[in-house]
Amino acid sequence: MLEVNKENYEEEVLNAEGVVMVDFWGEGCERCLELMPDVEAFAEEYGDKIKFAKLNIKGNRRLAMSQQVMGLPSMVFYVDGEKKSHLSGDELTAEEIEEEIKKYL
Amino acid sequence: MSKKYDVIIVGGGPAGLSAAVYASRSKLDTLLLEQNRKVGGQPTTYEEMENYPGVLDTTAPELVKNFREHAEKFGTEIERGEVKDVSLDGRIKSVTTKDGKEYRAKSVIIATGAEPRKLGVKGEAEFKGKGVSYCATCDADFFVDLEVVVVGNGNSAIEEAIYLTKFASKVTVIVIHEEGVMDAEKILQERAYSNDKIEFVWNSTLEEVKGEGLVDTAVLKNIKTGETTDLSCDGIFIFIGRVPRIDFVEEELELNENGYIEVNSERLDTNISGVYAAGDVRDKYLRQVITAASDGAAAAMAAGGYIEEEDYWQENVLETEETVLVAFWSPTNEESLEVINRLEKIGLDAKLVKIDTYKNTLVSERYDVNEIPTVLKIEDGEVVDRTVNPKLEEINEFI
Repeated sequence: MLEVNKENYEEEVLNAEGVVMVDFWGEGCERCLELMPDVEAFAEEYGDKIKFAKLNIKGNRRLAMSQQVMGLPSMVFYVDGEKKSHLSGDELTAEEIEEEIKKYL
Repeated sequence: MSKKYDVIIVGGGPAGLSAAVYASRSKLDTLLLEQNRKVGGQPTTYEEMENYPGVLDTTAPELVKNFREHAEKFGTEIERGEVKDVSLDGRIKSVTTKDGKEYRAKSVIIATGAEPRKLGVKGEAEFKGKGVSYCATCDADFFVDLEVVVVGNGNSAIEEAIYLTKFASKVTVIVIHEEGVMDAEKILQERAYSNDKIEFVWNSTLEEVKGEGLVDTAVLKNIKTGETTDLSCDGIFIFIGRVPRIDFVEEELELNENGYIEVNSERLDTNISGVYAAGDVRDKYLRQVITAASDGAAAAMAAGGYIEEEDYWQENVLETEETVLVAFWSPTNEESLEVINRLEKIGLDAKLVKIDTYKNTLVSERYDVNEIPTVLKIEDGEVVDRTVNPKLEEINEFI
């Protein structure tokens, strides 16, 4: 899965055409680590229609905050660079993420 | 038909893993179901482990990882699965996971723990992931040199407030009680008081979360005066206790008024025989890793005893074609010993089964045996006659 950071965020996400989902995660976030394999699987399954990226907030905190992300895990969906939806919370499930993905197919 | 285990443990936190160690070490065929890929429960999100006796240099996540290794060493099978449905009555119990897999066992231990309670105030859900948090270790990184509010005053709230001071420039703790009163342990209170970054607002609750995109204001309400004030902040951490995870058993098991599973005794037995509750999910005084581990041990041993008694009873009493005399006795009861003695000496035309009421309370309770010696005559699984406290000469007549 594509890794994004403050260097390439603009190019890969904000200037990208179509739908992009960014998985904001951190090493101290158990829920993020738990969901990561599911997100990787979604990237495999839906990767031809949606671009999937992950962002480790370490070193990218300001970038995350500029995207109004201040809690993990966070899954943020963009369409043509515009933020459309944001799923978050430590009870976030793989099913909820997949449901949201399907809205953009 | 799926494999039949001796024990299924639902939940892989300290209680579940400890039950797994004890059950599998007792040679019980044990399956542990955990909804997350990583077992360990709540301590996987803690930092330090300060109060588990004998554990000085191990973090909480490391400790529960060791729990897991210990359980697997004795043969516990661990599978990923979130239990959605149960069938607990009867001798063979079954649980079904969200993905439709059914597992069967003679006994079930519920150890699903508890999850953070939501406050339910305006803006709380809206700002989830945008400054409202229930997990300090997940989100602390965002708040370096920023100001945060912690709502709550129990152990978790105060521990997390102290943890957050490593990141935030200021931590304001909102306490519902009078000045100087907190639910947290004294040692934590003292640490909080002596921490320069921590301030307190007493007699108050969080009324509303406000912001534009991200949290910028906590609206506090003084519960004495009713007055509300805006506190400017960048994040709000809510630690106001936990709620038990009991969705999948709330129809079947007796719960207390707060939703925790009621147990009948130190065996941690619920209202359904062969079903036990261990750890934070049950009604109890102290919810700590050590008491969860203790629960797991007790529940596993009780489950083992239950299985042994049930199997014995099934095989020797209910499934036999002979007439069975069941003598309830106790090593401390003279008369009962004499009755046993007499029964063993007469040439019986029936099979004799002895039940030590001190060890086996289950069968005694099921057949309403309150006094010993009692002798039951059972044919085809049904009680056809009973004598309580018989004189020795009456025994001949009875048989």
